[in-house]
Amino acid sequence: MNDIDQKLLNKISDKNIRKAHAYNIRKNGKSIKRQISPYIDIISKEDNKGIDIYVKENTLIGIVHIPVIITESGLTDVVYNDFHIGKNSNVVILAGCGVHNDEHQDSEHDGIHRFYLEEDAKVKYIEKHYGEGIGNGKKILNPLTEIYMQPGSNMTMDTTQIKGVDQTTRKTKAILDGNATLIINEKILTSDSQNATTVFDVELNGTNASTHVVSRSVATENSYQEFVSNVIGNANCYAHVECDAILKDKGKVKAIPQIYAKNPDANLIHEAAIGKIAGEQLIKLMSLGLSEKEAEKLIIKGFLK
Amino acid sequence: MLEIKDICFERDNKKILNHINLVLDETKFYVITGPNGSGKSTLAKIITGILKPDQGQILFNGEDITSLSVDQRAKKGLAFAFQQPVRFKGLTVYDLLKIAVNKNIDKKDACNILSKVGLCANEYIDREINASLSGGELKRIEIATVIARNPKVAIFDEPEAGIDLWSFQNLIEVFKDLEKESQGITLVISHQERILRIADQIILLEKGQVKNIGNKNSMLKIILNEEKCCQKGNKINE
Repeated sequence: MNDIDQKLLNKISDKNIRKAHAYNIRKNGKSIKRQISPYIDIISKEDNKGIDIYVKENTLIGIVHIPVIITESGLTDVVYNDFHIGKNSNVVILAGCGVHNDEHQDSEHDGIHRFYLEEDAKVKYIEKHYGEGIGNGKKILNPLTEIYMQPGSNMTMDTTQIKGVDQTTRKTKAILDGNATLIINEKILTSDSQNATTVFDVELNGTNASTHVVSRSVATENSYQEFVSNVIGNANCYAHVECDAILKDKGKVKAIPQIYAKNPDANLIHEAAIGKIAGEQLIKLMSLGLSEKEAEKLIIKGFLK
Repeated sequence: MLEIKDICFERDNKKILNHINLVLDETKFYVITGPNGSGKSTLAKIITGILKPDQGQILFNGEDITSLSVDQRAKKGLAFAFQQPVRFKGLTVYDLLKIAVNKNIDKKDACNILSKVGLCANEYIDREINASLSGGELKRIEIATVIARNPKVAIFDEPEAGIDLWSFQNLIEVFKDLEKESQGITLVISHQERILRIADQIILLEKGQVKNIGNKNSMLKIILNEEKCCQKGNKINE
């Protein structure tokens, strides 16, 4: 790995990746480093199209890192990663993609992640996206996440895209059985002429299934964001979807919420708020001695924290 | 010393402040009172730079600060507690106190500041300043951000608004301590007789003008007497 690789890796992954119980580093479409543990196995799919990650039943705490880095301009990397999380296990998974593109050709990574959570399994999934480079070739990331949750399972998914990605369509689909809980925290900041779309499709099929989706985004300069959520309640279930967006410069944000209760005991809530930073927030922080620019920076930093 | 010289402020053809002149001395505790719409909050916002006057000057220790921005005035030692505290998604009470103090204080110091306004610090320090806090809690945090700055001029806009009876007693103690300990000017906008009784000087505003100013004993007599005579208008709350 060279300096650029290491820098990208630091942006999207934990510096102590070697302390993870299991990891797989993928660069320009190929696995370049891997470690497994007695409880967590990583197996390559045919044609290097991705990996299967198996977490054994009752794994007390497992930490898995699967970063992807792309430094080759003009490359389209499509990867299928399947996570099989055994009963009663508890695992933290760090994934992410860093793209460095100094050339004029587009670089694209489409990560298809499928999670199969068995009964009472618990997953914390953290995903970071980052793009850099001086070329005019676009950095494109299109993650698709599918989550299948058996009774009593629990998943928290934190996704962050803070800088440098020109185009993203992020799709997340989840199907929840009884007593399963899915929490999604999404943070996006777009600038220049970037374009980011996120789509959430969640089906709550079992009694007491619940989901809480929080999307916080900041659209600056000429960027455009679209937030689409579609939650279907098929049982006595609970959903809370919250979309908050801050607009700056000529940024545009469109929110399309849809909640569909197919069961009389479904309790589904959607909240959406889009607007500039409130003037009173700026004034309060200025009254504490911050300049307008410092206040604005702090408000955005806190909002995306 | 803070001098307010001939301040006028008009909106929608209504004279909200009409030639206001005041001189506020250091270490003194002032209360501005008066009916709703008399211009109290507007005057506070003009002193802190949130609003610009149409006419007149604000002098702080002899320096004309009329054209300075809110943050420039804050750096000179002016602080303002808003009547309606602002909420922030993502910023915690600890974050706000660190900004207020303008240095990287530890949580113990932050807790000490919070306990001055009667908040059990450990419960609040890591809370986000969002809708999960009640109006009274937000109000006390707002007051804490001003006290934390140890300002040369501390202005509180109706600190009692939105505070329950139990917290109000605590608030009175906060202002009594400020009256004793503050080395700067304290200016409180209030309708509460118990806050008026802490004041060194009471300023009565009416229809955008200073109707009367004096020490608390003489002013309380005037104000309470007026209230007895007057069936209408804004009552002083006992």
